[in-house]
Amino acid sequence: MKSNRIGALAGRIASAICLLALLLPALAFSSDRVPRPVINIDKPGRCVEDTATMRREHPDMLRHQRDLTVHEGVRTRAHSLKACVECHASAKTGSVLGKQGFCQSCHDYASVRIDCFGCHASKPKLAAGAKP
Amino acid sequence: MSADANEGLSRRGFLAISAAALGGVMLAPGIRLIEIAGARPPEQAVSRQVRWGLLIDTNRCAPGCDDCVKACATENGIKDTGNPRTDAQWIRKVELKDRRTGRTHSVPVMCQHCEHPPCVDVCPTGASFKRADGIVLVDRHICIGCRYCMIACPYKARSIVFQDITDQNPDVPRGKGCAEGCTLCVHRIDHDRQPACVEACTKAGHNAMIFGDLNDPQSEIAQRVAKYASTQIRADLRLNPGVRYQGL
Repeated sequence: MKSNRIGALAGRIASAICLLALLLPALAFSSDRVPRPVINIDKPGRCVEDTATMRREHPDMLRHQRDLTVHEGVRTRAHSLKACVECHASAKTGSVLGKQGFCQSCHDYASVRIDCFGCHASKPKLAAGAKP
Repeated sequence: MSADANEGLSRRGFLAISAAALGGVMLAPGIRLIEIAGARPPEQAVSRQVRWGLLIDTNRCAPGCDDCVKACATENGIKDTGNPRTDAQWIRKVELKDRRTGRTHSVPVMCQHCEHPPCVDVCPTGASFKRADGIVLVDRHICIGCRYCMIACPYKARSIVFQDITDQNPDVPRGKGCAEGCTLCVHRIDHDRQPACVEACTKAGHNAMIFGDLNDPQSEIAQRVAKYASTQIRADLRLNPGVRYQGL
């Protein structure tokens, strides 16, 4: 008797979980209540790798490139932070930082702190006015 | 009268020609040697064959002139924060006077880019390192800001950044909490250009600084070092700096 009741309860919980699992993607993608990162791409065109690779592996690429650049003087542009900033800086603010900035918007969303711009310029050279 | 005028003209003409010739000698080999030594594809690592060096002719370095210091500050984004005791100083002018003879020198002093750098010896994290081509640098990604290198350097060439920095030169990342010093404008060298201080000194017509590859016998700096007496500061420490001084 008792085991029956427990079984029924377990069945109900399982069905609830299934329903939730089915509903979740719809909830996540359909409504405007869920905040999304702002990804503004002002310069359309191909990035150095495809989007999926860039999303997943850009920290490793940057880390690898930085060691090559600092220690071995390799200054190729493909995976360098400077080239990222030059291409992805916002047309409005001229920066990759700021609420709508290409880097900061996503990192805020994912709650990942970016240390890069404590030292590195967040604006390309011309926008920064370094060389008129 | 007319003969005098002619003579004056010819002398002036001679001076102009010789000045131009001198300028050609100073400039052309310098540019050429960098093209040869720096002709490195961007994807190739720096080579041990190269030893970058600076030769500073103290007889040509004018007292009170700080063109090199200003050029360095502009290039590397070093700004006056109003705290002269703690502001970063990559290059400074030092005025020297021999008390016995009264002879004065004014010399720029920066990181001397030693062959055996004490800053690298003491660095606990490996952030302070010497590149294969002899340039001594700080890897800011690894630096923890302990300042051992500042203590170890006999030339007081290292600084630490105390305040947040904004609007950096994209080629020269700098930030709070890291030790730093003259990089010989490594970002320019990697693109076959001269350091900012040397460029400014030459541009202003002082020609007191020569930059080049000490290992390349064809380079102007190597030829000058071979021909004329030059000294290293604190040569007794036997660190073999890449920066040498002439007429000191």
